[in-house]
Amino acid sequence: MKQHNKDINRRNFLKTLGASVAAGSVVLSACKNGNGNPTSITVNDEQGDGKMTMRLLPNSGDKVSLLGYGMMRLPQTEGSADGKEQSVIDQEQVNRLVDYAIEHGLNFFDTSPAYCKGQSEKATGIALSRHPREKFLVSTKLSNFSKETWGLKEGKEMFENSLKELQLDYVDVLLLHGIGMPAEDCDALEAFNARYIDNGLLDWLVEQRAAGRIHNLGFSYHGDIKIFDMLLQWHDEGRYRWDIALIELNYLDWYYADEINARNTDAVYLYEEVRKRNIPAMIMEPLLGGRLSNVPEPVAVELKRKAPERSVASWAFRYAGTRDGIVTVLSGMTYMEHLQDNLQSYSPLQPLSEEEMEYLDTDIAQQIMGFETIPCNDCKYCMPCPYGVDIPAIFVHYNKCKNEGRLPVLSKNTGFRKLRREFLIGYDRSVPVLRQADHCIGCRRCVSHCPQGIDIPQEMVKIDKYVEQLKQSVSD
Amino acid sequence: MLKKIRITLALIMFVGITMLFLDFTGTLHHWLGWMAKVQLLPAVLACNFVIVAALIVLTLVFGRIYCSVICPLGVMQDIIGWLHRKTNKKHRYKFTTPPQVLRYVFLAIFVAALLVGVPAIVTLLAPYSSYGRMVTNMLQPLYIMANNGLAAIAEHYESYAFYSVDVWMRSLPALIVAVVSFVFVFVLMWFGGRAYCNNICPVGTVLGFLARLSILKIRFDKDKCVNCGMCTKSCKAQCIDSQNQKIDYSRCVTCGTCIGSCKKKALVYAVAKKNANPATPHEGEGIDKNKRAFLIGGAIMTGTALLAQEKKKVDGGLAVIEDKIAPARKCDLVPPGAKGIANLRQHCTACQLCIAECPNRVLRPSGSLDNFMQPVMSYERGYCRPECTRCSELCPTGAIKPIEAPQKASTQIGHAVWLKQNCVVLSDNVECGNCARHCPSGAISMEPVESLQKKGSSAVPVVPIINVERCIGCGACEYVCPSRPHSAIYVEGHEQHREI
Repeated sequence: MKQHNKDINRRNFLKTLGASVAAGSVVLSACKNGNGNPTSITVNDEQGDGKMTMRLLPNSGDKVSLLGYGMMRLPQTEGSADGKEQSVIDQEQVNRLVDYAIEHGLNFFDTSPAYCKGQSEKATGIALSRHPREKFLVSTKLSNFSKETWGLKEGKEMFENSLKELQLDYVDVLLLHGIGMPAEDCDALEAFNARYIDNGLLDWLVEQRAAGRIHNLGFSYHGDIKIFDMLLQWHDEGRYRWDIALIELNYLDWYYADEINARNTDAVYLYEEVRKRNIPAMIMEPLLGGRLSNVPEPVAVELKRKAPERSVASWAFRYAGTRDGIVTVLSGMTYMEHLQDNLQSYSPLQPLSEEEMEYLDTDIAQQIMGFETIPCNDCKYCMPCPYGVDIPAIFVHYNKCKNEGRLPVLSKNTGFRKLRREFLIGYDRSVPVLRQADHCIGCRRCVSHCPQGIDIPQEMVKIDKYVEQLKQSVSD
Repeated sequence: MLKKIRITLALIMFVGITMLFLDFTGTLHHWLGWMAKVQLLPAVLACNFVIVAALIVLTLVFGRIYCSVICPLGVMQDIIGWLHRKTNKKHRYKFTTPPQVLRYVFLAIFVAALLVGVPAIVTLLAPYSSYGRMVTNMLQPLYIMANNGLAAIAEHYESYAFYSVDVWMRSLPALIVAVVSFVFVFVLMWFGGRAYCNNICPVGTVLGFLARLSILKIRFDKDKCVNCGMCTKSCKAQCIDSQNQKIDYSRCVTCGTCIGSCKKKALVYAVAKKNANPATPHEGEGIDKNKRAFLIGGAIMTGTALLAQEKKKVDGGLAVIEDKIAPARKCDLVPPGAKGIANLRQHCTACQLCIAECPNRVLRPSGSLDNFMQPVMSYERGYCRPECTRCSELCPTGAIKPIEAPQKASTQIGHAVWLKQNCVVLSDNVECGNCARHCPSGAISMEPVESLQKKGSSAVPVVPIINVERCIGCGACEYVCPSRPHSAIYVEGHEQHREI
């Protein structure tokens, strides 16, 4: 077994060298003609034979299944109510899911030392150790989030421990975990430098890549876009080479990421930045934490009417898998049904047409955004508004109507007039007219007080416009 | 028979018109709007010749029946008189021969005021408008308060059948005028008869001319009459001279009471010298208006007290919102459809129907003498919303002519003026732009103005720049302006409205 592994090791190492030279030359030529058209890395979409669509990881030459298994939502046993007995991963279930996945062509598993209270790598290792090494690819991360782990020694230990837990002597992908996230008392840049640069950990990881213990080195990005841009700039300058990048992409995040959470960046930007550098992209959150399978009722109906036999989630998976340069789409699948549905979506992938892509990331996304509630929990930290606006009362009324599906949508739903009347009367009842959204002047004094990071003035303008539309839509 | 029909029709009209003035939901006028439009003076002012002609024909045929059926002030007096008779069975009317001069003087004054353009006099004398003012100023607040009570109950049960509406004092002078004119009419009726109709009302005087010529009249059957005087005592118009068996047809409102009062059936409502069926009804079923009327005064007082209490009640976590104070506008603002100040002043009889119905709390009676109690606009409590054309649909006199929303959106009734000293951008050092954001015609933009930069400050203030050519004067900016009590942007009215 060991011998076997070594052979693969050497072979892959040679491949790595070759591919990196190739990639390097691509970058060079790209630089020469001013970031010309990116080349396609999609080589082997197998269509129509019921087999999983595979993509190529150019650096290592590995064939990757388009569906990747995210090992962060593994099935757990129930802990005792008093908390003495902690819940643990249900290894038997994990084994079953992993076996089924591999049997059906899935070969990519993504984990992290941080997942499932630190138990994910071990469970993944156990499940995968029952399969031959060439049947699967493993990605893990350097998740040194807490300050105690910022040293070089701790970083090295973390990586070595990952290999040990996974029962591997190399990983196919290693990612710097969550670049762009701030730490307790320092901003994203300081945190990034402290975690990977100042201690020399990144350089050590580059050495490990050269040594064949890491086949592809990359990063996963959340948060401050400056760090993302900086890392790509390093790539352009040749300071560090990224073999892979893990980004959040789905049809809601494509244009609306920053509206869902002000700290995030629209996926359209992230994708295009990595794409024009030919860095293969791994996709996370294709379902946006399940929100794109559990969409508001009218949206679900609309999607079902388009394709009655497909699940709502399959739209999101096809969306995530259609674009060029995406090697694998990670999904954290807890249940067999999810796994089966997702395998079906990609066996093989039926790519969406351009019109369908646009339909999802504009029409449907707009509708869903229209149904999104504002994440206000009525803590009243924003109050008192110096101009008298009753901020939480406005949000509470709006959210209530949204949650109850009683938000009148112009000319869309039946009984619009009734809903309109109820919304407007309810608005006046919940919020005195002089404290309503139209009195928000956008001074932004409230914004820093909101623990949810809601862009209150922006939401006020939206609600105000909505109310205004309602008021003007009289037809009697 | 005559009396029964008269009472039925009169009550329908009276209740209908009263409801029209009470309603604030904008629904009733679709069905009852015509009741205001058939009033004589409004029809004349609206140049509604069909109605004027119809009313003239009506009077030439039936006599002054208009005064006892259509005119709400007349019916109100009948109800007061009926109440007096109910409470005091011995109450009797007397025949009087008032100085005819008085009514002609009033008519002359009225016509002169109408021609010369002294709206205050016209509006004070117009009977329908006088009634409208009483209902709007005295009764509607009670009606709304009752509605608000129901709304509170509805809210408790999560029903949307009723919604709460602000009760506010639109104008103290108008309230005073309404109360005084009510008391005046009430006292005249209580102690006399239709003295107001006989001596003051210009509409009554004009109709009196015509009624003398009417085909159908109450007539004495001189053979049957025994000069008992019962008819005289029952006549609230005080127009039957039973001694001489004569009736002053210029004052008779054809109410038919006398016919019933005559034991000898000596009075008939008929074409000249022909027999007609005498009617024998009882003095009829009215509603308990008097009690209601008495309650009004007291209720208005409690109403204002309630308002004061509500103002004091402010939640702890909310900044206090100061009431806005209306700016002193050089020129009054009048609603789109009014064409301009001159048209409104000429046509409006200050009936307050538009004011009672304005859902945006914009219209209120003017307190100034040259357009006393006629509607003017102000934007402290709301603004003239783009989708609303209610006042123009309602107006019976053509003072506010019908206008459609798109046409309204391009009608300039005034223009916005920026008051630098009040603007929060400069005084509070904040970003604002609420006026620009809410301008429906895109007439306001927020622009940096270097000349307003404070010494030692690096930021150039971004302040509203108004394109007065595009401004329609709706007042959205004035209403949403955060500066209190004086808005930093307000609308100055235009004498003549223009299309832009």
